[in-house]
Amino acid sequence: MLALHALTKRYPTGDLAVHNVSLEVPKGQVMALIGPSGAGKSTLIRCVNRLVEPTSGSVMLDGHEITALGGAALRRARRRMGMIFQEFALVERLTVMENVLSGRLGYVGFWKTFLRRYPQRDIDQAFRFLERVGLTEFVDKRADALSGGQRQRVGIARALMQEPSILLVDEPTAALDPKTSRQIMRLICELCAERELAAIINIHDVGLAQMFAARIVGLCKGEIVFDGSPRNLTPEALTLIYGEEDWHATIKRDEDEPEPADAGAGAGGTGSDDRQLVA
Amino acid sequence: MNGQATQTWRLPPFIANPWLRWGIYLGALLYLVLAIGSLHINWARVAEGMERGWRFVSAFARPNFAGRWGEISEGILESLTMTVTSTAIGVALAVPVGLGAARNLAPLPVYVVCRGIIALSRTFQEVIIAILFVKMFGFGPLAGMITLVVATIGFMAKLLAEDIESSDPSQLEAMRATGGSWWQLINYGVQPQVMPRFIGLSVYRLDINFRESAVIGIVGAGGIGATLNTAFDRYEFDTAAAILLVIIAIVMVAEYSSGHIRRRFQ
Amino acid sequence: MPVTEASGVKAWQRRDRRQQFSIWLGWLIGGLVFVQSWRFISEHTIWEFALDAPAQAWDLMVRMVPPRWSYMERLWVPLWDTINIATIGTLLGIIIAFPIAFLAARNTTPSRVLVRPIALIVIVSSRSINSLIWALLLVTVVGPGVLAGILAIALRSIGFIGKLLYEAIEEIDAVQVDAIVATGASRPQQLAYGILPQIMPAFAGISVYRWDINIRESTVLGLVGAGGIGLQLNASVSKLAWPEVTVIFAVIFVTVIISEWVSARVRHAII
Repeated sequence: MLALHALTKRYPTGDLAVHNVSLEVPKGQVMALIGPSGAGKSTLIRCVNRLVEPTSGSVMLDGHEITALGGAALRRARRRMGMIFQEFALVERLTVMENVLSGRLGYVGFWKTFLRRYPQRDIDQAFRFLERVGLTEFVDKRADALSGGQRQRVGIARALMQEPSILLVDEPTAALDPKTSRQIMRLICELCAERELAAIINIHDVGLAQMFAARIVGLCKGEIVFDGSPRNLTPEALTLIYGEEDWHATIKRDEDEPEPADAGAGAGGTGSDDRQLVA
Repeated sequence: MNGQATQTWRLPPFIANPWLRWGIYLGALLYLVLAIGSLHINWARVAEGMERGWRFVSAFARPNFAGRWGEISEGILESLTMTVTSTAIGVALAVPVGLGAARNLAPLPVYVVCRGIIALSRTFQEVIIAILFVKMFGFGPLAGMITLVVATIGFMAKLLAEDIESSDPSQLEAMRATGGSWWQLINYGVQPQVMPRFIGLSVYRLDINFRESAVIGIVGAGGIGATLNTAFDRYEFDTAAAILLVIIAIVMVAEYSSGHIRRRFQ
Repeated sequence: MPVTEASGVKAWQRRDRRQQFSIWLGWLIGGLVFVQSWRFISEHTIWEFALDAPAQAWDLMVRMVPPRWSYMERLWVPLWDTINIATIGTLLGIIIAFPIAFLAARNTTPSRVLVRPIALIVIVSSRSINSLIWALLLVTVVGPGVLAGILAIALRSIGFIGKLLYEAIEEIDAVQVDAIVATGASRPQQLAYGILPQIMPAFAGISVYRWDINIRESTVLGLVGAGGIGLQLNASVSKLAWPEVTVIFAVIFVTVIISEWVSARVRHAII
C-alpha cells in the first residue's frame, strides 16, 4: 500500500536529510520510526505527503505514484494521508469543531468551508470521532483553551476526518507528559486497528515505540540502519541507531506494559529482568 | 592589600572596539556642532513672536467655536467622511497586496511587485502624494481620500505581510496536509491567526487617517486642514484653538473606542 | 447554541442565531456609514475635473521627464537642513519625552491623581496634532525657518516617544525591581538598576524609529515655511517647474530609503 523507493532529500543548504530510503508499509501496520534528532525522521514523513519536496525517488500510495503529482491531484492524494503533529498544529483560534471539520477541506468546496456549511454527513462523522476520542462536551471550546492531551485528541480526530488510508504521525507525544503520552499512543494504535489503517509514527521515546508499534525502523543520518520487530531491538541495534550508550535501562520494558499501568509493578519488574536475559 | 594584586572592574563598554566607539562619539559631536552651527535663527524675530505665542496659548482658554462654525463643521465632516471611506477602501485593497507580499504564501514575482507597491506608498509623506492627486483630480475631498487610500494600503499591507510571515507555520502545514486548496489555506490557516491584530491595526489606521485628513487640506485635498490654515494665516488664534480642540477631542474618542474594540476581538 | 439536536440528528453551526444577526447588523451599519460618507464626498467633488484624471496624470508624467538633474546642486543645503530638522528635533523630543514617560507610567509616577493625568494630557495633545500643524502654528510664532521645523518635530515626537515608552515601562518585570528594592536601594538606584536596563532596548528602538519617521515628515514641513527641502518643493510646484519636482522626489525617495535602512540596522544592532 505505501511504498517508498530510493527516496532522497537534499536541502538547498546541501544537507542530505534522507538518503536512498526504500520502505514498504502494508495495510494496517503500525510502524515506529526512531532515530536521533536530525536523523531525517520528520523530513521522511513530510516527503510522503510532499510537504517537503523529495529530491529523487518515488512514493507510491495504493499503487499510485505521488511524487509526480501537482496541484489538485496532489491535494487529492494528500487527503488520503492523515497527519498528526508534534505541537498539535491546531488552528488555535478556531473551535474544536472547526478544527475537526478542517480535516474535510480536501473534499468540500471553498465557499462551503468558508461559510462553515459542511454536509450533514461530515458533521455526523465529526460528532462520532469527537465521541470516540472523548471530547463530546468540548465541541464549541476554542482549541487554545484545551490541555495538551485534549489538543492531540482533536488533532487525531481531524486526521481521521480525512478518511485516510495511512496516518503520518510526527512526534505525537513530544509535548505531553508520560501518562498522556501512553494514552495518546494507545488511542492511535486502537484506531489504526479498528480501521485497518497503516501508520508511520516518528517517535523519540524508544520505550513507547517498543510498547505500541508492530515494527520498528531505525533511521540514522538519513539512512535505514534497523528494520524489524520490537523484540529484535537489541542494545547493539540501538547503538547502531543512536551511537554508543548504555542501552540496557532503556530496553527493560515489558510486553504487558501496554495494559493499564496498574497491572502490577512487581510483575513488570520481573518481566523486565527476563527481557534483559533475552537481550 | 599588602602585596596582594588588586583586581579592578569596570563595566565593559557597549561598543567593544575603542576606535569605533570613539569614532562614533566624535562623529556625533562633530555632527551636532556642524548642525547647530548651520542653524540661522533670527532671535529678534523669535522674541517678537513670543507675544504672539502667548496670545495663541491664551486663546485655548477662550476658543471661538461660534465665529466660523459653518466652516469648522463642514471641514470636520469632510475630514470624517474622508477618513471612513479611505480606511474602508484602503484596508480592503491592502488584503490582496499584503497576501502577495508574504513570502511564505506568494511566488517570487508576485512578492516583488507587492513589496514594490508597499515601498513606494510608504516612502512619500501623505502631503506629497496629496499634491500629485490634487493636480490630477482637482481640489477637494476626492483627492484627499485617494491619498489616504494609497497611504493605508502601504501601511496595512506591510504589517499584514509581516504578521503572516511570523505566524505559526505548523498550522499552515496542517491545513496543507489535509489537502486544502490555497484559498482554504488562507481561510483556515492564516486568517484566524492574523485577524485580531489586523482588526486592531485597521482601527489604529482609522485614527491615523483622521489625523492626516486634518493636514492634507493644507495642499487643497479637502478636510479641516484648509480651514485651519486660513485661521492661522489670518492670525485668528481663537478659531485655530477651537479647531485644534475639536481634533484632539475626536482623536481621544477614537483612541478610547479603538482600545475597546481591540479588547473585544482578542 | 451552535449545536442543535433535532430528531436525533445533531446539527452544527458556527454561530448561534443571535451572534449571526448581530454580525449582519454590524456589516449593515458599516455599509450605510460608508455609502453616506461616499455620497458626501461625491457631492463635494467636481466630477468633470476628477474624470479628467488619467489625462492629467499622463500630462504630469510627460512634463516630469526628463528630470532637470542640474537642479541638484541647489538641493544640497535644503537636504542638510531637512536632516538637521529631523535629527535635532528628535533629540529634543527624546530629552523632553523621557521624564514625561516616567511621570505617565502607572508604576513610576509620583502621583496617580495629580501628575499622571497631566503627563497623559501632554502626550495625547502632542500625538493628536500632526507635525505639519505644529509647524503651521510655530511658523506664525517664531517665524519661518529651520527653528520652527525643529520645534514642530520635537513637539510631535514627545507624544509618540512618550506613549510607547510609558507603555514599555508599565510592562516591565516587577520581580526584577523588587529584587533591587530588597537590596535596600534608594529610589534613583531602583530606577538605574531595576527599571532602566529593562526599558533601554525599547527606548533606543523607539527613538530610532521615530527619527526615521521624522526624516519623512521633515521633507514636507517646508510647505508651510518651516525649512528644509519642502521649501524648494513648494516653490517648484507653484511655478509648475515639474522637471525640478522630479529631482526633489528622487532626492526624498533616496533619503527616506537610506534613513529606513539606517534605522533598521541600528534597531537590529540594539536588539
